[in-house]
Amino acid sequence: MISLDRLKKYQSAVIDRFETDKLPMKLIEMGCIPGNEITLLHQAPFKGPIYLKVDQSYLAIYKETAKNIIVRLIS
Amino acid sequence: MSQSIKVALLGNPNTGKSSVFNVMTRLKQKVGNYPGITVEKKEGVCKLDDDFKARIFDLPGCYSLNANSIDESIVIELLLNKKDSDHPDLAIVVADVENLKRNLLLFTQVKGLGIPTILAINMSDQMKKRGIKIDVESLKKELDTQVVLISARNNKGFENLKKAIVQYKSISKKEIFDISTIEPNYFNDLGKTFPKESLYRLWLLIIQETNFTKLNRKRVTDTSEFRTLSSSALKKLQQKETVRRYILINEILRKTMETDPSKATGFGAALDRILLHKVFGYVIFFGVLMLIFESIYDFSSIPMDFIDISFTQLSNWYKSNLPPGNLTDLIAEGLIPGIGGVVIFVPQIALLFLFLALLEESGYMSRVIFLMDRGLRRFGLSGKSVVPLVSGTACAIPAVMATRNIENWRERLITILVTPFTTCAARLPVYAILIALVIPDVGMYQSLTLMGLYLLGFAAALVSAFILNKMLATSSKKAFIIEMPQYKIPLLRDVLYTIWEKTRSFIVEAGKIILAISILLWILASNGPGKNFSNAHQIVSSQYKDLTQSELDIKIQSHKLENSYIGHLGRSIEPVIAPLGFDWKIGIAIISSFAAREVFVGTLATIYSVDSDKQETIKNKMANEKRPDGSPLFTLASGISLMMFYAFALQCMSTLAIVRKETNTWKWPVAQLFAMTIIAYIASLTVFQILQ
Repeated sequence: MISLDRLKKYQSAVIDRFETDKLPMKLIEMGCIPGNEITLLHQAPFKGPIYLKVDQSYLAIYKETAKNIIVRLIS
Repeated sequence: MSQSIKVALLGNPNTGKSSVFNVMTRLKQKVGNYPGITVEKKEGVCKLDDDFKARIFDLPGCYSLNANSIDESIVIELLLNKKDSDHPDLAIVVADVENLKRNLLLFTQVKGLGIPTILAINMSDQMKKRGIKIDVESLKKELDTQVVLISARNNKGFENLKKAIVQYKSISKKEIFDISTIEPNYFNDLGKTFPKESLYRLWLLIIQETNFTKLNRKRVTDTSEFRTLSSSALKKLQQKETVRRYILINEILRKTMETDPSKATGFGAALDRILLHKVFGYVIFFGVLMLIFESIYDFSSIPMDFIDISFTQLSNWYKSNLPPGNLTDLIAEGLIPGIGGVVIFVPQIALLFLFLALLEESGYMSRVIFLMDRGLRRFGLSGKSVVPLVSGTACAIPAVMATRNIENWRERLITILVTPFTTCAARLPVYAILIALVIPDVGMYQSLTLMGLYLLGFAAALVSAFILNKMLATSSKKAFIIEMPQYKIPLLRDVLYTIWEKTRSFIVEAGKIILAISILLWILASNGPGKNFSNAHQIVSSQYKDLTQSELDIKIQSHKLENSYIGHLGRSIEPVIAPLGFDWKIGIAIISSFAAREVFVGTLATIYSVDSDKQETIKNKMANEKRPDGSPLFTLASGISLMMFYAFALQCMSTLAIVRKETNTWKWPVAQLFAMTIIAYIASLTVFQILQ
């Protein structure tokens, strides 16, 4: 189990739980829900946003948001 | 009898909802603003059959009815408020076939409001290619409504959609998701307190945490019989609602939709690998920026010169073919050049919006944000602010309009306020003549000065953005979440419509302000108090006896301008601008150039009675200008001081007009005018006093 911000490029994981109850609703609406698969596709330079595929959505968020999402790596 | 119904078009962003709207209304649309805010309000009419019309409202794109943004709360307010004159009889949720699951979240919510809700699945032309199969008949049963496959790209399925709209009365209004299942006790309470009302409607009122809306939420939350929950408990319930809805949606889609994963193309992923590359990604983006810049700076000069010449000829023709008099002068010298001053911006606006529409519609703009956001975020700007800031180097008018695409209002406002600092093309003639005049033509001093002025423009924009970011209070710190939509080939029809609509709205809304100010400036410059103005001809001819007629005319013009209302204004501000190293003649030129910065050079030419557009001639005349004590007027100190003034001051009525249009209030353009003038004054004062 690691937090989402530590996922490496092209690594996939399953969302396990959230560390905060202040996770933005929009993220949940986009399919960021425990049990769904999540893949890190790109990382912007200079500690910029990360680009994820979660369920059917493609989205970009900041690492500070990703820190609150705990994922289980798919081996 | 002819019948008309109101239809709300809803959908997630990037589902092609606007394309659907364009097809349905055949581009006959009205675009305005929602009162008090700057979200676009779009309405159009769709003819269903001979005597049945639908008024279609293209609502702002939203992911849910949870009200995370102003856009979403506009949607909720309209759907909840039955008294609103635009309250729909029917809702159409436009979904993207490749993102059906997420789109159905919004659908199940809208369906819960008791409004008949049709599901229109767009981009159905992609189904075969993507290996997607949908059992439409059983989806209709599961969702308890009409489901129509459409393709806005190929104009397909719209006859079926129209048929479904015509039969809207037969569509079930029942909800398919029972909100009370997420917390039975709580909703039981709510139902007992308000027995006659829909639970889901009440729930939506309760969760309006940010009260953007006029809806009365307090009547529910302040009812003493009803147990209220803390905001974090409400948030948890909201999350639970979303999760439960997805469980239902997954179940429905398992029964009605098949996807062949082997058909998923790697095209988008491959493109992303190049466009988001940490080196090539930036190289490509700066290439795109350069292309945009070249177009609005260089290519647009061809149509702009044509417009300029045409209006000048029209004005001359008018003057020589109509009886001389005040009315002829007003039309030939005030009205025609004034309209020309509006139309001249059309090529730049059209070209910039061509590029912007292509960037947005193709999905590339989201990648730009992804790459640029980090660098710009610390200045309170968005990744999308890059395009306006760079376009501002050509002209602030299209650049300010280009901020429309920035969703976050705060980031958009900061971008609007700082864009006029970037060195626009109209400053160039002013800089060119001043640099030639006061910077020695040795080594690279002259070109370095010009480059320095460009850098100064960018620096001023970024620094002021940084300060504004600290000053403007944030109501809530929004997390950064953007969708990275699939790449698409833009639809020509939609791109052309965007260009047309932006150009039209500029001419109608900003154009009238520009026209009014330019006519006012012309009246002030061509009229004056007292005999000095009205007897200009006599006074000048008696002063200069042995001049030719044309030399005399130039002297008369110069005399008239000096004694016009603008001339008097220029004189009266001399005490204020003297500490900057400017005399009253420069004062006149500064006031006149509020029409457009480049007018500065022409006005000085008139004042100094130069009969030539040649920069060299004007420059020589300026170099010989003396102060009353005999020292030269244009020195290094006063020259650089003047450059500073033009670098920072908002010397452009068209910018004011466009900022007024884009912010929907006079408050921001007026604040901008004052702030920039004060900064310019302080910069010029400091420079002149140090260098003097």
